[in-house]
Amino acid sequence: MNKPSAIKTFIGDLPKNLFAGFVVSLVALPLGLGLAIASEAPPISGVIAAVVGGMVTAILGGSQLTITGPGNGLVIVLLSAITTLGGGDLYQGYLFTLAAIVFAGTLMFLFGVFRLGALSEFFPSSALQGMLAAIGVGILAKQLHVMLGITSVSGTPLKLLLLVPSSIQQLYLNASLEALLPAGLGIVSLLILVFYSRLRGPLFRFVPAPMWVVLVAVGLTYYFDLVVKSPYPVAENLLIRLPEKVLNNLPFPDFSILTTGPFISTVFSITLIASIESLLSIKAVDKLDPQKRRSNVNKDLRALGIGTTLSGLVGGLNVVTVIARSSVNVNNGGSNRSSNFAHALFLLAFVLLFQDQIERIALPALAAILVFTGYRLAAPKNLLRILTIGKEQAAIFGITLIVTLTNGLITGIGAGILATFLIHVAINRSLFLFSRNWLKPNVLMYKEDESGNYYVSVKSFSSFLNFYRLKGKLDEIPESEHAIVDFSLCEFVDHTVMEGLNDYRRVFARKGGVFEIIGLDAHGTDTQHPFAIRKTLPSNDFFKLGKNLTKRQISLQKLATVLDWEYRSELTSDTKELERFDYFKTKVVNYQYNELISKDNQFHLFDLSYTEGAFIAKEDIKASFLLVELGYSIPKFILDRENFLGGLNEITPYDDIDFSEFTDFSRRFFLGGEDAKSIRSLFNQELVFFFESHQYYRVESIGNSLLIKRRTRLSSIQEVKSLLAFSNELMAILNTRNNA
Amino acid sequence: MKKVHFKNILIGFAFSPNLKANVFEAMRLANFFDGNLFFLHVGEKTVAKEKTFLEILRNSPVNPKQINVLWEEGQPDKTILAQCTLHKIDLLLLGALQRENMVKFYLGSIARKITRKAPCSVLLLMKPSVERIPSQHMVVNAFESIQTETTIGAALEFAQALDIPKITLVEEISRSKVAVAVDDDRSLRKATLQKEKLNRREISRVNEILSRIPSNLKENKSITSQSIFGARGYSIGHYAKVVRADLLIMNAENKNSSLWSRIFTKDLEHILSELPTDVLIVQNKEDE
Repeated sequence: MNKPSAIKTFIGDLPKNLFAGFVVSLVALPLGLGLAIASEAPPISGVIAAVVGGMVTAILGGSQLTITGPGNGLVIVLLSAITTLGGGDLYQGYLFTLAAIVFAGTLMFLFGVFRLGALSEFFPSSALQGMLAAIGVGILAKQLHVMLGITSVSGTPLKLLLLVPSSIQQLYLNASLEALLPAGLGIVSLLILVFYSRLRGPLFRFVPAPMWVVLVAVGLTYYFDLVVKSPYPVAENLLIRLPEKVLNNLPFPDFSILTTGPFISTVFSITLIASIESLLSIKAVDKLDPQKRRSNVNKDLRALGIGTTLSGLVGGLNVVTVIARSSVNVNNGGSNRSSNFAHALFLLAFVLLFQDQIERIALPALAAILVFTGYRLAAPKNLLRILTIGKEQAAIFGITLIVTLTNGLITGIGAGILATFLIHVAINRSLFLFSRNWLKPNVLMYKEDESGNYYVSVKSFSSFLNFYRLKGKLDEIPESEHAIVDFSLCEFVDHTVMEGLNDYRRVFARKGGVFEIIGLDAHGTDTQHPFAIRKTLPSNDFFKLGKNLTKRQISLQKLATVLDWEYRSELTSDTKELERFDYFKTKVVNYQYNELISKDNQFHLFDLSYTEGAFIAKEDIKASFLLVELGYSIPKFILDRENFLGGLNEITPYDDIDFSEFTDFSRRFFLGGEDAKSIRSLFNQELVFFFESHQYYRVESIGNSLLIKRRTRLSSIQEVKSLLAFSNELMAILNTRNNA
Repeated sequence: MKKVHFKNILIGFAFSPNLKANVFEAMRLANFFDGNLFFLHVGEKTVAKEKTFLEILRNSPVNPKQINVLWEEGQPDKTILAQCTLHKIDLLLLGALQRENMVKFYLGSIARKITRKAPCSVLLLMKPSVERIPSQHMVVNAFESIQTETTIGAALEFAQALDIPKITLVEEISRSKVAVAVDDDRSLRKATLQKEKLNRREISRVNEILSRIPSNLKENKSITSQSIFGARGYSIGHYAKVVRADLLIMNAENKNSSLWSRIFTKDLEHILSELPTDVLIVQNKEDE
């Protein structure tokens, strides 16, 4: 790609990115305000962080799709800093914390300079999960009270959780409009957030859930102003206060306690958590990038460091890469860093233009967003998932969670690391294995001269302690190549490594390469989970076989018998390289089940679990798909029902191809693809008539395979039958065309 | 090209269960090279000991042209080194120890000391055996070093004498030579290109060395080369293990290994701490 065309692409993509930035800012505004309030900092400080951070990282950063701003992980650290550093004076504590943020930014910048982007690899995956869960509990515990309109409680997260029933009771005893309205608003807001993903109306979906919460909260004040014509019955301390002239009243950090212990420990906590949160997010966003780019994490760390320092100097919180907002960016068509910049500009505009409206947002509404965030972090589901990997992982998770809640983040993560190490020693009954080999190189990589494959052999043990060495080698393999990782000389492989390797497997699959793991057959394991300690990687059938079939499954089984097809009910991770299809470009495929396979292996009908977005913007989707292997090649195209705007309900790089001779078809269907000419020659009278006369299906061709899907949900037996009939007729037409 | 001979061969022996196997290996080796064999026992000479030893010698199916049995007393390492110099030894044989309950071999501290200071080439035997197990595949280092050419020559001579059919020359290219750090797609492409360039250069360097080696040494041998990017001295041992080679041939280190290099293990130290297979360390005498 040469320079001029890169600039042209940038300009061509600008409108798309401006739009994505706008949608992101709709999420970022409530989150920015909410996270700041949850940290007991002035609400505006969260927005400042997003504005400064967005601009700086958009210019200096090393990744394309990430959105930066104040992060969830920091809430707990900042909250304890602000409340303790000032000795009870929140504003003074805030000024001291700003100074800590300035230093943390510098430290983060240095992390980037010294290429410590691999830092996050040193943390055992289950300990990190435990830490995130603890952060979630911390946010949840405090904000549950605020959501109910009660701001007076304080204490440790565990104490706050125990106080929730008394807060509810207080509400019940003191049932006035002034008390019930904020609580009602908070609960309604939470319901909006919870049920948002169930509703799929395009107009409703245009506005992200957190913005709906804000709109409801602001709308309520106007209802009292204009309709009821009575003062808004919500106490002053439950409304947001912004400084009079935002730009003129920026606070300046107070550097007077630089050398004290709590200050220094705050600096380290902020740096550590901010780096970990950013690195994890960057890695996760790379998985969603339709263009499959690899982010330069060290460059990003440097940019985030500069952003954090600048943000701290003008009164903002620290800047991290945030996963939920980034995923919203990807799902709305953001394609490069200009969307991050745009999101910062829109936020600035909101604050300057809608100051009055922002001040109408009641805290319970924002607290509901945080409760939802905290719940997503701390959901019991996470613990159950880890339990399926192994009891020892659940123990690590539990230890980290509890120690973090009682003794703070740094001690918590330290306890998690120690627990993981001790468990590894206990499992191997050998400290020697680790002490003798920890500092030694243990990875060999070379390109086999005859086959051109990359061969990686790992010796002694492979765990979070030395995963960076293996990663360093794996990162040097272009993902479009064939890599073979051999563990036959390795005595012990831990969960962190297995999970990390699975990420590599996904990236290689996305970029057309092959990532194979061999030599684990001789390794024992406790559970069936693919990521369990020393266990073979997910190749096939790793989820437990369902013993009792549901009614739908029995019907599918009967259908298979009638058709003389094969039916497999079990969950497998064999996802047929679905990443090849445009449809899955921004989605992560989890597993498939209920598969029907035709005798000649041409038709594969299956239910698929996949996810869209990440974290609080994450949606788990299960839907039925039909994959048809053609055995010959046809042009690549995407065909789907046109939406009310005349486009496609997904991000696509293609323009709609319209036919002057088939006006009805062109009006009803979106047809796109790279090679418009050959698509036009494929869609003749017969094929167009076929599509016109049937139900709407989304049909995507990638040359020799077709992916056909009806709705974004599981199909009923009737729908399965009509889908099969549809595809049979379609194949008949295509086959005769091919033979002719 | 300087030539390394394996004419005078010395093996230290102790009265361990491995004695017979060690003696037989040494006898076979000396026979292959048509050389003089020196047996050295550091310790008291008794009639019983001598009787046992001579009994074993008598049972050997092969007999080199000259056998000398030396009985010396003193510190094992110093005595062995002194005797090596005294008898102008070319090749010293040392046995490795097996870690308890583990399939890993390592050198005892005395053997390590001797290996580091030996004035001659050293062959470290992992599993000496009474019956001959012919070697099939040798891995030879081909690092960019002045000693390498001699080592490769010696290796091929060794292969000729012991009839080893397969030889792989391994170039270890240290990571620091790839000046590009992989951060993102662009630097990855750059680094990959640079590696390919280095790889080609290494292959042509090795081919040049091979072209200078007399062709009678290369007859009936399958000689291949393989570039490895990784920590020097470590990767080749790992590689030998992965390809199940039965002999690894390395350059001797030109510097005395200091305490520093033993803490921050490098080059030979990695291999000495965990023998991947039998190892021959070729001493380039004229260097000194």
